[in-house]
Amino acid sequence: MDSKLAIVLIIVAAIAGYFAGGMGSDKPAEPTATATTPAPKPQADDKKIPDKAKESSNTLAAVKNKGFLSCGVNTGLPGFSAPDSSNKWTGIDVDVCRAVAAAVLGDATKVKYTPLTAKERFTALQSGEIDILSRNTTWTHTRDTSLGLNFAGVNYYDGQGFMVKKALGVKSAKELDGAVMCIQAGTTTELNLADYFRYNNLKYKSVTFDTTDQTREGFEANRCDVLTSDQSQLYGLRTKLNDPDSAIVLPEVISKEPLGPSVRQGDDAWFNVVRWTLSAVINAEELGVTSQNVDQMKSSNNPEIKRLLGVTGDMGAKLGLDGSWALQAIKQVGNYSEIFERNVGSGSPLKISRGLNALWNKGGIMFAPPIR
Amino acid sequence: MSATENGWQPAPDLPPPSSSVGIIGWIRQNLFSSPLNIFLTVVGLYIIYKAGVPILDWVFWSADFSGEDQSACTSGGACWVFVGQRLSFFIYGFYPESEYWRINVLFVLLAVLIIPQMIPAFPHKKWLGWFFLVGFPIVSYVLLLGGSFSLPHVETEKWGGLMLTLVISFVGIVFALPLGTLLALGRRSDMPVIRAICVGFIELWRGVPLISVLFMASVMLPLFLSEGAHFNKLLRALIGIVMFQSAYMAEVVRGGLQAIPKGQYEAAAALGLGYWRSMGLVILPQALKLVIPGIVNTFIALFKDTTLVLIIGLLDILASVQAAITDPAWSAVAAEGYVFTAVAFWIFCFGMSRYSQGLERRLDTGHKKR
Repeated sequence: MDSKLAIVLIIVAAIAGYFAGGMGSDKPAEPTATATTPAPKPQADDKKIPDKAKESSNTLAAVKNKGFLSCGVNTGLPGFSAPDSSNKWTGIDVDVCRAVAAAVLGDATKVKYTPLTAKERFTALQSGEIDILSRNTTWTHTRDTSLGLNFAGVNYYDGQGFMVKKALGVKSAKELDGAVMCIQAGTTTELNLADYFRYNNLKYKSVTFDTTDQTREGFEANRCDVLTSDQSQLYGLRTKLNDPDSAIVLPEVISKEPLGPSVRQGDDAWFNVVRWTLSAVINAEELGVTSQNVDQMKSSNNPEIKRLLGVTGDMGAKLGLDGSWALQAIKQVGNYSEIFERNVGSGSPLKISRGLNALWNKGGIMFAPPIR
Repeated sequence: MSATENGWQPAPDLPPPSSSVGIIGWIRQNLFSSPLNIFLTVVGLYIIYKAGVPILDWVFWSADFSGEDQSACTSGGACWVFVGQRLSFFIYGFYPESEYWRINVLFVLLAVLIIPQMIPAFPHKKWLGWFFLVGFPIVSYVLLLGGSFSLPHVETEKWGGLMLTLVISFVGIVFALPLGTLLALGRRSDMPVIRAICVGFIELWRGVPLISVLFMASVMLPLFLSEGAHFNKLLRALIGIVMFQSAYMAEVVRGGLQAIPKGQYEAAAALGLGYWRSMGLVILPQALKLVIPGIVNTFIALFKDTTLVLIIGLLDILASVQAAITDPAWSAVAAEGYVFTAVAFWIFCFGMSRYSQGLERRLDTGHKKR
C-alpha cells in the first residue's frame, strides 16, 4: 500500500471512528427517558439569564411536571443509602429525597433513585440526569465553587475517626504512636491521616486495602492495630466484626466531613426548596413536631409551629409549594431525630449516637435557620 | 471354519485377572503403578482431604439453611440464610414484588426456548431459534418495561440483580453477532470506503477498554448532549457494550471467513450467485460453523464482562450482592454472597460452553482432527 492511500485510509478511519462514537447519542431514547425530559420553559423570554442557567432554572417545575423526583444515591452505604431487606432504598440520604418529594409532590414515594458511584455523581447532577444529589457527599470549597453545584445544607456531620482493638488499651488517638493502620485506598482518609500524624509528631505504618470489607477483614485478622475511616462507617464496620465488643471507636475526629444534599448551581428556586425542606425537618425536631403528632400540632399555639405547618403565613407559597409542604415532609418521613434514629441511630444496627448531630441546643451543632 | 467342522473348539479365553480390570485395575494401573506414583497419589489424596473436607463442611455440613436473620447462623459454617433472605433482591433487584411474575414468565420462556435446542430430534427448532433471536427480545422488552397492555410501567432504574445481568448479556449477544458479522464482511470488502469504515470501527472499539467505554457512556456522553436531552443510563451502557462486543465478534467471524478456501467463493460465483446470496448460502454457514468455539468464547467473556456495569452504578447480580453484604444487620456474610454469585455465573457460563460443544458435534464440519 503506498503512503498516500494509507493517509487517506487513516483519515477515513478517523471520520468513521467519530461517527461510531457519536452513534450512541443518535439513538432515540427509550420511553422511560422521555419522561425525564424537563417541562417546557414557561418564562423563557422575560428573564435575562444565560441559556444554560435558564434550562436548569426550572427544576421545580420539571419535577412537578414529571411527577417524580430523580435522586442520586450511593450504591450501598448502610445507614445512608442502601437497599433494605424488602428491596427498598433506605437511609438518611434517601430520606432527604423522600422529604423533598413529600414537600414538592405531596408523596414521599414518588422518588426515582439512581445509584451512583463516587466518580459519576457530579456528572449525573450537572447533566440533569438527577434533580438532587444526596450521596454522602462532603461539602468542600472545591466542590461548591468549581463543580457547578450548590450544597443545600448538611444532613450529617461526619469526621474521620479511629477504631482500635480494645485489648490495646488505647483511650485517645494521641497514644497511637507507631501504630499500624488499615486504610481504604483512594480515599481522602490517607491524606487526613498523614496530616494529623505529622502535625502531632506521631509515626505510623499503613496497610491499604481496596474495599471496605477487605479493610475490616484486615483489621479482624490483626494485620493492623487501628482502622481509620469516616466515623459513620466505623460504627457500621464495628457491627460487622465477629466480636463487636472487642473494638472501640476513639472519640477523636481528625477531619470535618459535613455531608449534605446538593443541587445544580444557578437554580435558586430549587435550591431553596431543598434547603428549606431540610431545615423544616430539623426545625420540626426542635419544635417537638413528629410524624406521629403532626396533625395535633396544627392546633398548637406556638406561632413557629403554626408557620411551619402552614396554619398561618404563606411559607409554602414563597417556595412555590403547597402550604402543607413541611407538614407532608414531616408526616411522611419524620423530623430529623426520627430520620436519624431510624437509619443510623438507636433504631438501626449502627447505633450511632447523635454526637455532633445533636441539635445546637442539646450539645450538637445541628442548626437550622428559623422558618419565619 | 475348519475348526468347527472338525468339532474342535478352542477353550474360551480366560477373563483377565481381576486385578487388571475394572476399578481396581484402573487404580492399580493409573494411581499405584510405581513407587513415585504411589507417593504422589497419597500426597494428592491428603491435599484433597485437607482442602476439600473443610470446604464441604463450610458449604454443607455445618452451614445454616433455614431461618430469618443473623440469629439463625450459629453453627459456624456458611450462612445461607442470608442468601435465602435476600434472594429476591439478587434475582429481581428493585423490581416491584407484585410484578415479579413478569420476570418469572420470561425465565420460563427462556428455558422453554433453550431446552429444545439441546435436544437434537426436536422438531421446528429453526423457528424456535428465530423466535428466540427476534421474538423473545420484543416480548422481553414489552414485559419488563411495561407501560403497554395495561402492564404498569417499571423504569429501568428498578431493574437489577440476575435479571439485569441476563438482559445486558442477552442484548449484547443478540446484537453483537449480526453486527459483528456485517463488520467482518465489510472489512473484507473490495469497496475501500466500506472497508475503511469497518476497520476504523473495529480498531477504535477494540482499542479501548470496556471500562472506559462504560465511563464514556455514563459520565461523558451526558455532558455532550444538550441539557434535558439525556437518555436512559441502561440504554447508554447497552449501546456501549454492543459496540464493544461487535468489534470483537467481527474479528472472530473474520477468522472464519479467512479459513474458507478460495474455491468456495469461486464455486458460488460460478453458480451465478450474487454477493449477498453467495455469502448467505455458501460462505457464512461454513465460516460461522468453523468459529463456534470463538463465538461462544466471546459470549462467555461478554457475560462475565457485564459485571463491569457496577462501576457505573447499575446493580447487576454482583453489585446487588455487594450492596447487600454491607447490610449491618448481617455480620460477615461476604463469602456467602460471593460464592453464590460465582455459582450463578458458573452455571450460565458452563451451560453456554456445553451448548456450544453440542452444536459443534451436530454441525460437524469435517475439519476436525480425528
